[in-house]
Amino acid sequence: MVEGIGIVLLKLAFVLLFVLNFGGLLTWVERKQSALMQDRIGANRASIFGIRLIGLFHTIADAVKMFTKESFRPVAAEKFLFTIGPGISVFFALVGFAVIPFGDVLIIGGKEINLQLAPLNIGVLYLFAVAGMAVYGVVLGAWASKNNFALLGGLRASAQMISYEVALGVTIIGSLMIYQTVELQEIVRWQGGTLWGWLPKWGVLMQPVGFILFLTVGIAQSKRVPFDAPEGESEIIGYFLEYSGMGFGMYMLTDFVETVMISAITVTLFLGGWQVPYLMADGFHFPWGATWQLENWAVALLQVGSFTLKVMFFLWLQMTIRWTLPRFRYDQIMRLGWKYILPISLVNILITGLIITLLK
Amino acid sequence: MIPILFFFFAAVAIASGIMMIVHRNPIYCALFLILTLFAVAGLYVLLNAPFIAAVHIIVYAGAIMVLFLFVIMLLDLKSETSRQRPGGLPRILSIIMSGVLLAELVLFLRSGTANLPLVEGDLIIGSTKEIGNLLFTEYLFPFEITSVLLLSSIIGSVILARLKLK
Repeated sequence: MVEGIGIVLLKLAFVLLFVLNFGGLLTWVERKQSALMQDRIGANRASIFGIRLIGLFHTIADAVKMFTKESFRPVAAEKFLFTIGPGISVFFALVGFAVIPFGDVLIIGGKEINLQLAPLNIGVLYLFAVAGMAVYGVVLGAWASKNNFALLGGLRASAQMISYEVALGVTIIGSLMIYQTVELQEIVRWQGGTLWGWLPKWGVLMQPVGFILFLTVGIAQSKRVPFDAPEGESEIIGYFLEYSGMGFGMYMLTDFVETVMISAITVTLFLGGWQVPYLMADGFHFPWGATWQLENWAVALLQVGSFTLKVMFFLWLQMTIRWTLPRFRYDQIMRLGWKYILPISLVNILITGLIITLLK
Repeated sequence: MIPILFFFFAAVAIASGIMMIVHRNPIYCALFLILTLFAVAGLYVLLNAPFIAAVHIIVYAGAIMVLFLFVIMLLDLKSETSRQRPGGLPRILSIIMSGVLLAELVLFLRSGTANLPLVEGDLIIGSTKEIGNLLFTEYLFPFEITSVLLLSSIIGSVILARLKLK
């Protein structure tokens, strides 16, 4: 019993550190990558005893600034909701990670440990439920500020999030039809085999259209450029207009955590999650017949490493998209969601169903 | 463990249900309703019906209540300053309705839960696969009827919205 609780706490700590570290580091990645892409040097001033470490300390400087800054609250604001708004936002961004599998089973001293926090048999549905709740943090914060510009930003945000939530569900139905399950660990295990003996059976090969649509919808859900009409800090002002200090920091953190979340879900559903090509539970089985036996702990380590690397790739991709495309206009966002992505994903479901029926 | 969780969720559901009725600010009323929905979803999970719990949250808390909040925020409804009691027909109707509900509850409690069939073992009633199979085989007709009903209401609302524009 005590051992079980200990294992759960360890996994919890691992997941939380994984997510929060990535979220924090993304602030640095965003600055450095934008600088690189725009031929600038980028953040490099923060230093501890003269050590600058290519600007990494800016992350710490940010945190210190957020914590020590005055958290201002407008007089007219709804006290309670204004205070808990950012908390709700971060909470629903973080709890989604409970169902993401980080690896297969790890065996320590004869005990099998499933490297997934909560093996729910409704996995994907749980993710939808959590994604659906994310809108509350935004709407409540915007309304409680009692500022019309913030309220307008909140309305833009919630209209966009609700629209893309519909598309989010429809884009992955095609893949769920192939996997025949909604449990995320099972989905990753399904992607372990190979096609024609050599090609890894990852979801991106089974559902290329679904993959591209899902990634687009995912980026729209995290409200980042080019879908950042709800925020647009410098010009059209967003829902967190009245927030300062840690309240603002938490809304920003939510955005970064959602970026990590989208990467993690995309990897799990379409890029084989923790799968390493040709790696089975007992080691590598290459298609040309060679094998390489590995211990269980080495396999688990490779799997967690592979998952992390894939997540990092998608973080890089999202940052690149962010600094490549200009912001879409509001009507363009709505048109893209309802008139293009939704019909295309419906056709995708139809074609997938047809192929599955024909192959049977 | 499960009895403790049951009483926790039940207490939260009842308390926030009452708060939803008595609170004067409509925004908080809506938020308490969401809390009630969450507590009921927790009860579904305890009853081994995770699918219903998830759909309950997605549909009610994630979609319908967001629209409720939207309307309340856009209309900028103020808190009630004085308690107005409805008079006349609404009052009589509400008394009759709550009387019927109370009678049903009392009758149900008197008949006892002992007559209800007991579910043994670790049965998952609400697994996604089971519900999907049932919906598309045994209950296909009601399922399709519901879809047509929803489709017609979507078309109806679109037409109504268009009429206003002209």
